[in-house]
Amino acid sequence: MNVAVAIDDVPHQELASASEAGPAPKRIVVAYGFWIFLLSDIVMFSALFAAYAVLVRATAGGPTGAALFNQTSVAIETACLLASSYTCGLMSLAANERRHAGIYLFALVTFVLGAAFLGLEMREFGGMIARGASPQRSAFLSAFFTLVGCHGLHVAAGLVWLAVMMAQVTFKGLRGAVERRLLCFALFWHALDIIWVWLFTVVYLMGVHP
Amino acid sequence: MNLLGNLSWNAIPFDQPIVMGASGGMILAVLSILAWITVNGHWPYLWREWITSVDHKRIGVMYIVLALIMLLRGFADAIMMRSQQAIAAGGAEGYLPPEHFDQVFSAHGTIMIFFMAMPFVIGLMNFVVPLQLGVRDMAFPTLNSVALWLTASGILLINVSLVVGEFAKTGWVAYPPLSELKFSPGVGVDYYLWALQISGIGTLLTGINFVTTILKTRAPGMGYMRMPVFCWTALASNLLMVAAFPVLTATFAMLLLDRYLGFHFFSVDGQGNPMMYVNLFWVWGHPEVYILILPAFGVFSEVISTFSGKPLFGYRSMVAATMVICVLSFIVWLHHFFTMGASADVNGFFGVMTMIIAVPTGVKVFNWLFTMYGGRVRFTVPVLWSIGFMVTFVIGGMTGVLMAVPPADFQLHNSLFLIAHFHNVIIGGVVFGVMAGFNFWFPKAFGFTLDERWGKAAFWCWLVGFYVAFMPLYVLGLMGMTRRMQHYDNVGWQPWLVVAAVGAAIILAGVVCQVIQLVASIRAREKLRVAGDPWNGRTLEWSTASPPPAWNFAALPRVPAADAYWSAKQRTQANPSQSTPAREYESIEMPKNSAIGFINAFFAVVTGFALIWHIWWMAAFGALGAFVTLLIFAFRAEDEVEIPVERIAEFERRHQVEVAL
Repeated sequence: MNVAVAIDDVPHQELASASEAGPAPKRIVVAYGFWIFLLSDIVMFSALFAAYAVLVRATAGGPTGAALFNQTSVAIETACLLASSYTCGLMSLAANERRHAGIYLFALVTFVLGAAFLGLEMREFGGMIARGASPQRSAFLSAFFTLVGCHGLHVAAGLVWLAVMMAQVTFKGLRGAVERRLLCFALFWHALDIIWVWLFTVVYLMGVHP
Repeated sequence: MNLLGNLSWNAIPFDQPIVMGASGGMILAVLSILAWITVNGHWPYLWREWITSVDHKRIGVMYIVLALIMLLRGFADAIMMRSQQAIAAGGAEGYLPPEHFDQVFSAHGTIMIFFMAMPFVIGLMNFVVPLQLGVRDMAFPTLNSVALWLTASGILLINVSLVVGEFAKTGWVAYPPLSELKFSPGVGVDYYLWALQISGIGTLLTGINFVTTILKTRAPGMGYMRMPVFCWTALASNLLMVAAFPVLTATFAMLLLDRYLGFHFFSVDGQGNPMMYVNLFWVWGHPEVYILILPAFGVFSEVISTFSGKPLFGYRSMVAATMVICVLSFIVWLHHFFTMGASADVNGFFGVMTMIIAVPTGVKVFNWLFTMYGGRVRFTVPVLWSIGFMVTFVIGGMTGVLMAVPPADFQLHNSLFLIAHFHNVIIGGVVFGVMAGFNFWFPKAFGFTLDERWGKAAFWCWLVGFYVAFMPLYVLGLMGMTRRMQHYDNVGWQPWLVVAAVGAAIILAGVVCQVIQLVASIRAREKLRVAGDPWNGRTLEWSTASPPPAWNFAALPRVPAADAYWSAKQRTQANPSQSTPAREYESIEMPKNSAIGFINAFFAVVTGFALIWHIWWMAAFGALGAFVTLLIFAFRAEDEVEIPVERIAEFERRHQVEVAL
């Protein structure tokens, strides 16, 4: 008997458990791969968090977090970002039900909330730099601007991605690849929320604690 | 406004004959290869079949070609260092001025780790893992091509530094404050940082791709405990890539911010913390050595079990040992700098964890030995490399355990003893491993075996050369010689360094043998031609043709047990009378070739080069180009092609896979 045939010649019932079920469907594979990417992104943030924790007291005679952070502005930022995660979830639901109007509407709301978050953050950064608290001032401020700015960069990238996705929905329709990308975008957007929750706690809440 | 940033004619070192000679030779070699391709009209073939290929086998081969070229480059640096140190004793200055010698040792380390060992290991995994898993490609084939070309971009940038500008003089670890702008004002450190940032993204993408492939796309029936050990070690290695490389990216980003925008992460002013760099670097750096060695362990497992004709002894303990090493590798990083001045408790913890890693490694060595015990071992070239590994690696491992004792490390830190130790494990482990894998899987990739005699000659030169070159360094380390010395006053060291240089020359003979082996085998390929299963293999890659078709398997294999192909052969032997049923084929969807990897890499090189030389408009152009490339790719219509049944059936008719027992 031919060996290649012998390889295929295994009865189906011998393949029982889930790990033996063969290659997963594409949607699972893509989402799983994106999860792994998000984990790696979180590892990168953890390095930035570690650097921030090491340098938080290294103010070199410059301003501390308590002197710089405006709790009201940060609270509004947080509200915008968390709300945008909710509307992003509504967008995913609309995509699952293939309601195009819903997708566009909630994408727009998500985009506006994300842009508002980014605008407030840039205003905060601008104000700090204007008061002489620039990243060049001290190691603490270097770490602060890098950690918070890296999250801001992710949000900005997410906004560009969302705009591209809406163009894809319009011109390519909700075909398989576009659906999978929307799924990945939603994962990305929620992950940014998770990182922000940590950031809010470690930087802004613990930062004003004496 | 200066359109060329910091770039000017002064960047080209016309006054240094050695550098100009080397660059001239390199440029001439590249130009003559390009001319040869053009004259013979190979461009369309290269573009269609290789550059735009998303086939994991082609990509694996290209990774290994890159690694072999970089092995020559890094080895040339090694020869320069050994000869310099052999003569620069007493009042002598040698032939390499200090600023050049510093670039040579930095380039040697950077190239050998990032651009030789990494591409070699990734190349082997690319070629072998999907075949062993019994699937047709990686989870993300196009991403695989993008990752390959990003690695190539990093390699290109680091080689451009030889001609235009300079390379880092900081050692391959680029510790601040030395690597800060204040103390390294040139472009050397920027070349280092951008080349590694760009190739690092490629490595991260590779890691994500392999983890997904191994965990989510295996042939029906291939449960975790039926996966070949090489797939297990590849999984561990890629998990480490995903978990460790982002730390390196973040660390280098911080150093870049320090250098480009005047931040104070690692600077001596502004209350920066240089030791934080050292910690973060080795949080990546120690897992990195396991990223390299674990796949090598996998190669040895496959080679030993195949050529002993036995299943691997202690498969489960091998898997457990692999995963234990994977986890432990993250809690030993501080042993690279016990002299930092952490408390005795901290040093003690990391010392003990380091010693504990020797336990799973020891388990593996015993498993290999017991696999060979009672087996009918065929002493082929891969087996020789494996046995050479076992002896050499055990010695290197023991000197490592010795240095894991903090008080001993305080004496040996940064001495040549350390250099001898890590070459002992990296050459004896990783290089011997990839050489074993290269000889083992070459016939699968090209359909003919490599010449055994030249292969054996290469092995013996490497083995003897290694001992002659590195055992003296242990002695020198104990005598107090530190690493990276351009010249030294103690003439008592010189005899040992002359012996080490002789050892390097013997290794050179081994490298020459390998080049001859490759050329001789290609010339004699018709005589060396083999069918799908030249070694009487055990795993699924041997069940398909050599070289395998683009689709790997006409029908996805079903896996009833570990060593899937071996067990299939056993079943066939048991029922020799059973007639072969006519096979039905179905058409196969395969991913379409894509130029995105290559085009994206072009823009990555442009961006990297522009950032190194502060040519801001060009950096913006490069980044925009990469973004537009991505957009065009995202909007293209079709990404799969269908391979018709007739083509598959025709291929299968021509490559009947018969029992090779």
